[in-house]
Amino acid sequence: MFLVLIMFLSSGCARGNKAIQIKGSDTMVNLAEAWTEKFMEKYPESAVAVTGGGSGGGIASLISGTTDIAKASRDMHHKEILLANRRGVYPLELQVASDGVVVVVNPANPINKLTIKELSDIYTRKVKNWRELGGPDRQIVALSRERNSGTHVFFLETVVKLGQKKNPNEFAADVLMMPSSQAVVEEVISNKSAIGYIGLGYLNNRQKALAVGKDKRGPFFLPNIATVKKGEYPISRSLLFYTNGTPEARVQRFIDFVLSPDGQEIVKTMDFVPIK
Amino acid sequence: MKRTTEWIIEKLIFISGIGSIVFVALIFFFLLKEGLSLFASVNVFSFLFGVNWYPISEPPQFGILPLILGSLLVTLGAVVIAVPLGIASALYVAEVAPKWLSEILKSGIELLAAIPSIVLGFIGIATLAPFLKNVFNLPSGLTALAGSIMLAFMAMPTIVSIIEDSINSVPRSYREGSLALGATRWQTIYRVILPAASSGILAAIMLGIGRVIGETMAVLMITGNAAILPTSILQPVRTLTATIAAEMGEAVSGSEHYFALFAIGIVLFVISFIINLVADFFMNRNKKRNKKK
Repeated sequence: MFLVLIMFLSSGCARGNKAIQIKGSDTMVNLAEAWTEKFMEKYPESAVAVTGGGSGGGIASLISGTTDIAKASRDMHHKEILLANRRGVYPLELQVASDGVVVVVNPANPINKLTIKELSDIYTRKVKNWRELGGPDRQIVALSRERNSGTHVFFLETVVKLGQKKNPNEFAADVLMMPSSQAVVEEVISNKSAIGYIGLGYLNNRQKALAVGKDKRGPFFLPNIATVKKGEYPISRSLLFYTNGTPEARVQRFIDFVLSPDGQEIVKTMDFVPIK
Repeated sequence: MKRTTEWIIEKLIFISGIGSIVFVALIFFFLLKEGLSLFASVNVFSFLFGVNWYPISEPPQFGILPLILGSLLVTLGAVVIAVPLGIASALYVAEVAPKWLSEILKSGIELLAAIPSIVLGFIGIATLAPFLKNVFNLPSGLTALAGSIMLAFMAMPTIVSIIEDSINSVPRSYREGSLALGATRWQTIYRVILPAASSGILAAIMLGIGRVIGETMAVLMITGNAAILPTSILQPVRTLTATIAAEMGEAVSGSEHYFALFAIGIVLFVISFIINLVADFFMNRNKKRNKKK
């Protein structure tokens, strides 16, 4: 990682051009890399370095001035904005794509749809057995992402806390915290009792996505590009770029590319949802 | 001319030697400075003995008892697995195996130390966890036991090579004396060599523990990371190291959460320090005793 960064930096310097630094959300790493690849094809003299580290990490880097763009899969918290302002950083928010958080189970699980309330009960361990939801008599293994993940915070706020800011619900202590989306995927594939959540981009046919509804009466929506774009699917969110005020020209050129039809086409090929 | 070069070289060596101590001291002071800031707002007792770890909630709760117990449980499990295996393989390599075989085994064990822990973690998540799930009929194989088994692998090279050294440093006359008195090879190993090497074995165990308790990547991947008070080794646990690794990226520098992670660092530092001290004590005793005789 460090070597790659050095390579980027040195190749940038050789051309008298500083590399654009993009840090943050792990959900957006692959997307940002796909953008970067096409962008550097189009503008061979430019250099862009993409790193992960989670939305919070990216925002922290923006605040400390070590990145040009922070990519985030959640809004900046009020506290973070205050801290940024204290350090003379004035974050500018820009939506670049949308994402649906998919709730996945093992294909052998007969359950096909759940409400937000039921999901919340699973993750707070009020419901502990699939039987209580009309499934087989098996203990539910609830998988979550680690706390450094934007997806964790998004799922906590939208699902576990039922979208209510003041709701005291938390992930139960015995929910398994997985260090990466890939780890969630592996466990769901190999474990019939598991339930987990991942970004739309990580979904493949070895796991089953559940349809999610706001309440029992429905309607229930499966996560896909159409339902997320229309905002019908209840667990969807915006993918954002944060910059420190209006970005300088070399950064602006990258952002323009991201919002161009070409850039948004890449969003689609990476299984996220374009905003235009 | 020669004098000056020598003088320069001497000073350089001196600086290098002092350097490592200075660095340790600097790291320790930094750790203290950042970690102790937590206790301006959080009570030490509720930090060490609190049972709820919800660092990003409103209000946050910083109870690390589940994390301490998680680390200790995984470590204990690893020691129970690694120590008998380690003693047995060290004995085999040092005493029983023919020379050519023991050379091969030795390099094999050293190779084990060269496997990056993230690779072991990945193997664990793909093979060990599903295996444990089926064998013990568990809801999930991501448990303390999975972590213990993987960490036992990591501690083996340290344990085996130190025990082997201490067995080799048992004076030849002990062995000859024992055999001359008519003891069999096993009796010699069991009654003479093992007791003579006992301090070395204890030192090996302590250093193995030190290796295990500080290990991060593999446990992060295969122990499930649920911050509950463990009641069985077949439950998921969250260790001190995994908590720091998993949460450092998100913690805003200067926040309570950030200080809490440094405070966990202090706890880890204290634990490793005690372990190293004990190991050192046994190592020295070993050396002194061997010199005397």
